[in-house]
Amino acid sequence: MILLDRVTKKYNKNAQALEKISLHVEPKEFVIIVGASGAGKSTILKLLTREEKPTTGKIIVGGLDYSTLKDREIPILRRKIGVVFQDFKLLPNRTVFENVAFALEIVGVGNKEIDHTVPRVLDIVGLKGKEKRMPRELSGGELQRVAIARAIVRQPRILIADEPTGNLDPKHAWDVIRVLEKINRYGTTVILTTHNQEIVNKLKRRVITIKDGRIASDKASGEYHS
Amino acid sequence: MRIRHNLIIFRRIIKAGILNFIRNAWLGLAAIAVMVITLTIILFSIIANSTFNYTITQITDKIDISVYLKDSVGVKDRDQLIEDLENLDSVKEVNYVSKDEALERYKEQNKGNLDLLLAISQTDNPLPASLQLKPTDPNNIEPIRQFLESEEIKELQSDETSYSGDRKTAIDKITNATSFIGRAGVVGVLVFAFISMLIIFNTIQMAIFNRRSELTIMRLLGASTNYIRGPFIVESVLYGIVSGVISIAIVNVLFSVSAKAFGASSLGILDIEFANVYFADNFWRFLGLQLGVGILIGSISALIATRRYLKFKTSK
Ligand SMILES: Nc1ncnc2c1ncn2[C@@H]1O[C@H](COP(=O)(O)OP(=O)(O)O)[C@@H](O)[C@H]1O
Ligand SMILES: [Mg+2]
Repeated sequence: MILLDRVTKKYNKNAQALEKISLHVEPKEFVIIVGASGAGKSTILKLLTREEKPTTGKIIVGGLDYSTLKDREIPILRRKIGVVFQDFKLLPNRTVFENVAFALEIVGVGNKEIDHTVPRVLDIVGLKGKEKRMPRELSGGELQRVAIARAIVRQPRILIADEPTGNLDPKHAWDVIRVLEKINRYGTTVILTTHNQEIVNKLKRRVITIKDGRIASDKASGEYHS
Repeated sequence: MRIRHNLIIFRRIIKAGILNFIRNAWLGLAAIAVMVITLTIILFSIIANSTFNYTITQITDKIDISVYLKDSVGVKDRDQLIEDLENLDSVKEVNYVSKDEALERYKEQNKGNLDLLLAISQTDNPLPASLQLKPTDPNNIEPIRQFLESEEIKELQSDETSYSGDRKTAIDKITNATSFIGRAGVVGVLVFAFISMLIIFNTIQMAIFNRRSELTIMRLLGASTNYIRGPFIVESVLYGIVSGVISIAIVNVLFSVSAKAFGASSLGILDIEFANVYFADNFWRFLGLQLGVGILIGSISALIATRRYLKFKTSK
């Protein structure tokens, strides 16, 4: 499903963000990427969504080889991947419903289908009844779940979430993790990054530890101790 | 399915474009104002050009050369002369005016002058028969002049040939004016079209800047370039359409006002009535032209602006 082969990323001469990262993610896996701030976690995710290009190395996602990818094919690739951004990237002047519907609108899904799908997805993430709220009226955990709803509303095969539990209290952090596990059970490959030791250690999932842009460990039922 | 999908996308692009247009109304005002000026100059240049051309043909039609014949010239010589003249390339038409016809015309022209009429009726007809020539090209009557000045032809003439030379000067003046106005029109159109494009370009750049976070999100969520760019093109096309309609409305009002003010008269060499009729006759064509040019200017500048500011950039 996802393959990185000796991927290196230099943002500029002095900043080597990633050094020869090789990893392979199977379909339907649930992968947690951990590491200190600045280790290079977000960079890995940005390479997958083609927000950044690797300096060297090979990336293949869902059969698409990124080295031969043309700029106009980037939308095709981004439609296959659901992304929960670290800063949510919600539209402040649109309601919860409209924010989620936005992901469907821009790819040409009909209004009827939008009206049918969005409420169901909001139900999955536990935001039923908050369709008409504006983002500024929501808590951090709720915003996170709107972002997740928007990421999964197109039923992507891959879901990427950058620090979805950051800044959340334990209860809300667990709510978000439960949602991600639910989506994973439906058959979506989930890759998330986090700092949260307690959650990582209780989940007993595959954990990839990044240290200074390199893979320090990659364990099937891993733990994280910073 | 594919068609339905494209239709949905198309509808959303149009809708977003109209929303942009409304949201940007104040910014767009400048773009529309300059575009209206551009389109109005184009329209005026075309109408003025046609009007001048019309005036030129009007006057040209009246230009003629009169060759006066001696009474002694016989039918045979006369017909020979007519044939020779008709064979000249520079001559379009030859009309024979007999002595009697000349007298009739003279009487007609001097209807009010009883003394003159009386004097004429008491003598033999003093007026010569004549040949009225219409040149093919009023700017080039030299070959005709040469032919008429030749010794044997001069022999047949009772008076000096009359060339309506003052008319030719008038035509020259109009021709010069037309080509000047034509050139000024082209320069004006180019300058204002360029300014319109710059302003629309700027307006779209501002619109992109104002919505940059939304555009970034669209892009990250996998919207196609055309979907992101489309609304800005639609917005600019709307500037073109609105400007086209305003421009033609302005010209329309100017014509109805001027028609009232001057009646059916001419302003110097500008025949208002002709211009008015010409405008009315070609109204739909002009509207189409205004819309077409407006849309063209709008979409070209929007294409450039979006190409420049909406690039899919992934840094390496
Ligand atoms: N756009 C950028 N330009 C330059 N350096 C960057 C950029 N983004 C990230 N970096 C650097 O790359 C390294 C890895 O960053 P990042 O992947 O965001 O780490 P993490 O997500 O693990 O905190 C850091 O040293 C960071 O400063
Ligand atoms: Mg990060």
